[in-house]
Amino acid sequence: MAEELILLNIWASPFGMRVRIALAEKGVDGYETREENLQNMSPLLLQMNPVHKKIPVLIHNGRPVCESLIIVQYIDEVWKRGSPLLPSDPYRRAHARFWADYVDKKLYSLGKLIWLTTGEAAAKEELIGCFKLLEGELGDKTYFGGDSFGFVDVSLISFYRWFNVFEHFGNFSMVVECPKLVAWAHRCAERESVSKCLPNEQEFFDFVVELRKKAMTK
Amino acid sequence: MATGEEVKVLGYWSSPYALRVKWALKLKAVEFDYMEEDLTNKSALLLQLNPVHKKIPVLLHNGKPVAESLVIMEYVDETWKQNPLLPQHPHQRAIARFWAKFVDEKEGEEQEKAAKEAREHLKTLESGLEEGKPFFGGESIGFVDIAAAWIGVWGEITGEIVGIKLVDEEAMPLLTACFQAVLQTPLLKECLPPRAELLEHSKRFRQKLMAAAAAST
Repeated sequence: MAEELILLNIWASPFGMRVRIALAEKGVDGYETREENLQNMSPLLLQMNPVHKKIPVLIHNGRPVCESLIIVQYIDEVWKRGSPLLPSDPYRRAHARFWADYVDKKLYSLGKLIWLTTGEAAAKEELIGCFKLLEGELGDKTYFGGDSFGFVDVSLISFYRWFNVFEHFGNFSMVVECPKLVAWAHRCAERESVSKCLPNEQEFFDFVVELRKKAMTK
Repeated sequence: MATGEEVKVLGYWSSPYALRVKWALKLKAVEFDYMEEDLTNKSALLLQLNPVHKKIPVLLHNGKPVAESLVIMEYVDETWKQNPLLPQHPHQRAIARFWAKFVDEKEGEEQEKAAKEAREHLKTLESGLEEGKPFFGGESIGFVDIAAAWIGVWGEITGEIVGIKLVDEEAMPLLTACFQAVLQTPLLKECLPPRAELLEHSKRFRQKLMAAAAAST
């Protein structure tokens, strides 16, 4: 049966990026990406994700999967080639899910406090604390997954382009605060699956500056 | 308990998240020791086992801690294979994870403040059920049922306090029936906190929330 795979996405979304990286890691590239506009959502998006009306949505043979980390697990379970993104041992899987959940709970919302406002010191300290905790969890491993690039790596590297946004608006240096994490990020960015999914650095930064301007004039 | 297997749950009597873990273990017939935490004076053990969030529930399996109720549920499901909680098919698993996450995001205890909003989210949750299938898990209790059925109790209590029917049989008949079926299951019913105490606790919790909100305006 011909496989039909469609990704509803927005080029700048870190959540969409997770899905694209996961598909690339599995060598899956025969899929269609449709760029969505959140101010003017396609009927397909509204039909496929009526609950949240958000991207990314992966539509596989007509059936939608929503929520980026749920999609990444789905990809891991459906396409068995390549290295698994989640380890096979239940305890290590729980560990990976815990840290991916931590990234989801903390990074995006804390980050927003940095770039959407004007220098809140407490938010900055908390965000740096968050990165340091992640750095501690990484330790001396090559990846969060150990020797192989895995679930937590996918969930965090998708925020790579946000690092210099946080640095700029939070007025701190990632390499000073968490050098090992920065080294890890560079390692990940060298992987083909990641490098081909990263948005252009300047384009992304300009995009965030625009978003910030719009939000702050409201 | 099987020799060599040590399973402990650190929880709190009124926590629906701890309840999820107890339910998952009960459905798998896994024996465990339950340890009640004093959340006003957290034990050194809790802080050691969950240094990141410092919260219950925590599952301790042969000395190894697992935190976050949905993460614990997946761990329990993968470790003890009897009575699977998640379906086999990847797409159905994705749907189950989706609804469990929805419950976490929209129906957290903090939603007591926004009962009307919570009610709307429950109507959305109803859409995850199929006519003719008693549970989210289909014919038997599954992942989402364990993640969500606490709302049948806590929702009723909130409803009593604020005067809004959260779990409304007319507006959400399938959800009401599903929750009732789960809550009436003897194995699961025996884990529920005593209703009168839970009502009092919820009233006090709401008062604190209102006081905090008033103080910050």
